[in-house]
Amino acid sequence: MNLHEYQGKQLFKQYGLPVSEGYACDTPEEVAEAIGKIPGTMWVVKTQVHAGGRGKAGGVKLVKSAAEAKEFAAHWLGKNLVTFQTDEKGQPVSKILVESCTDIENELYLGAVVDRATRRIVFMASTEGGVEIETVAHETPEKILRAIIDPLVGAQPYQARELAFKLGLTGVQIGQFTKIFMGLAQLFVDKDLALIEINPLVITSEGNMHCLDAKLGIDGNALYRHKDLQAMRDPSQEDAREAEAAAWELNYVALDGNIGCMVNGAGLAMGTMDIVNLHGGSPANFLDVGGGATKERVAEAFKIILSDSNVKAVFVNIFGGIVRCDMIAEGIIGAVEEVGVKVPVVVRLEGNNAELGSKKLAESGLNIIAARSLTEGAERVVAAAGGAA
Amino acid sequence: MSILIDKNTKVICQGFTGSQGTFHSEQAIEYGTQMVGGVSPGKGGTVHLGLPVFNTVREAVETTGAQATVIYVPAPFCKDAIIEAADSGLELIICITEGIPTLDMLFAKEYVDRKGVRMIGPNCPGVITPGECKIGIMPGHIHMPGKVGIVSRSGTLTYEAVKQTTDHGFGQSTCVGIGGDPIPGSNFIDILRMFQDDPATEAIVMIGEIGGTAEEEAAAFIKDHVTKPVVSYIAGVTAPAGKRMGHAGAIISGGTGTADEKFAALEDAGVKTVRSLAEIGNALKEITGW
Repeated sequence: MNLHEYQGKQLFKQYGLPVSEGYACDTPEEVAEAIGKIPGTMWVVKTQVHAGGRGKAGGVKLVKSAAEAKEFAAHWLGKNLVTFQTDEKGQPVSKILVESCTDIENELYLGAVVDRATRRIVFMASTEGGVEIETVAHETPEKILRAIIDPLVGAQPYQARELAFKLGLTGVQIGQFTKIFMGLAQLFVDKDLALIEINPLVITSEGNMHCLDAKLGIDGNALYRHKDLQAMRDPSQEDAREAEAAAWELNYVALDGNIGCMVNGAGLAMGTMDIVNLHGGSPANFLDVGGGATKERVAEAFKIILSDSNVKAVFVNIFGGIVRCDMIAEGIIGAVEEVGVKVPVVVRLEGNNAELGSKKLAESGLNIIAARSLTEGAERVVAAAGGAA
Repeated sequence: MSILIDKNTKVICQGFTGSQGTFHSEQAIEYGTQMVGGVSPGKGGTVHLGLPVFNTVREAVETTGAQATVIYVPAPFCKDAIIEAADSGLELIICITEGIPTLDMLFAKEYVDRKGVRMIGPNCPGVITPGECKIGIMPGHIHMPGKVGIVSRSGTLTYEAVKQTTDHGFGQSTCVGIGGDPIPGSNFIDILRMFQDDPATEAIVMIGEIGGTAEEEAAAFIKDHVTKPVVSYIAGVTAPAGKRMGHAGAIISGGTGTADEKFAALEDAGVKTVRSLAEIGNALKEITGW
């Protein structure tokens, strides 16, 4: 789960990190009011969406009056912001963050992730702030500094100082950077983060360190123990079908092809998409129906798959390990009848009682094609969907 | 011979009296696994499935002489269960549970490493040495004692590979599901090293998927240290970047972790790769001449 910038900055503030005075607003009127509350002659107004690249897309603006801020808010609220990180529809804007303006001397980068290769939380810092860190990592990897955190010992101030000196910081900045680093490390562990980024972390014209942006990702598996973070969830930023599937504990990811896939197991679900692709077809989705594959779950899975109007055929691929394939076949037949599936359904069942399952499918009188092997299933579903793309 | 487990391995189950623990322990006993007891705090002294139940892992180990544990406890309690197992003198921890917070695993993995305890999983089907010992949720009947070692990040893809190697008559020495999480207790290299040293294993099937760089690291290891023939399949050629494909670890992020990169690294290491998961058995036949 991702957080909005304003939510991330609320957490930063709790952990003593320097952020601008700001207000997250729902209406143009609130935006104008917020300007009145923040002293100064210039302010920044920022659309709040779960995507980077807002500035280039026109979603961030410097304003000199409440009227100008109000106009910006009236333009964006209720609309979708399209950036290079979103799809062509963009992400809906329902909040505007109003902040005091910061005079920037220099832009740095500071972030942390769980690094899978080293199995550690790894901090990354760079003098190349304000640009995509992936680009920096790719083009000038030597400009990324790292600090590796021992899981049993935790982050230490010396690690912050090492980074600070290498970044060329001086004077009070060393202490300020150390405080930010240690605060981020604590926040990362306390809140079960998967990713945190301050990009840019700036040095102001007065020479102080300041967090200008906040990007936070939370480990979904740990959300159960963070009531405060659960309340920060913004469903409007998530794919509606994926959210619906998640409510049924189905893993669904929409793709742009025309062959719906329903599979048990995440690895096999990917493998099924790949084999459809290999035989000239194009998968419409990833869907892991889980181990149970009961009639109810299969019915919900069909509903979700068929809510995509591109779907011309469905490939059901089940490896019945411990569950019996004839029971799964009954579930599929029941679900196809209940949902009223109109498109051809190709089913490949493997494992316990697979033959009995296939026989039941063949005798159901429904538009179900029983395939005897994975390859045959892929070929038949591609043909059923109108042939190779 | 085999790796990790055999007919002499004594196994306990943590989360023994829960629905998962009960169902899969029953299946394991039926398969012939030497289940010697289980742990369910508060139910110590009772008998479940004809086996003694203990309040603590230490008590279970001291009484039964168990060497391995299988963990079915719910994700929020797994960090504690893993550390308890590591502190209780067990040699092998197999954790089936899906959904353990990443930072819990970061800590638990480091802890078991420092204790010198081998861990498999989490979010995995477990380990089976066909005909001898089944620890986990895999269907026993598709397996056949034999000469192929299988290691995989995915449960159902492992079953596909097992089925094909059984249908071809090759059978399996041991099958290890290392799990679909970003922080696994054991990685490909750990298991490849064991298969290379195991006389019963004549060829290896390695099944990977998108996300992370474990397959690339395995490829480098194979190039230098594995002399046995290896067939590999990577799932997720068609997976879009930035989307988590079911498994917590199956995500292409920042442009790394694509299937194409992994295929390329494995091919460079001399591994026979297949683009269709239905071709694993045929590829084995081709490179071994069996």
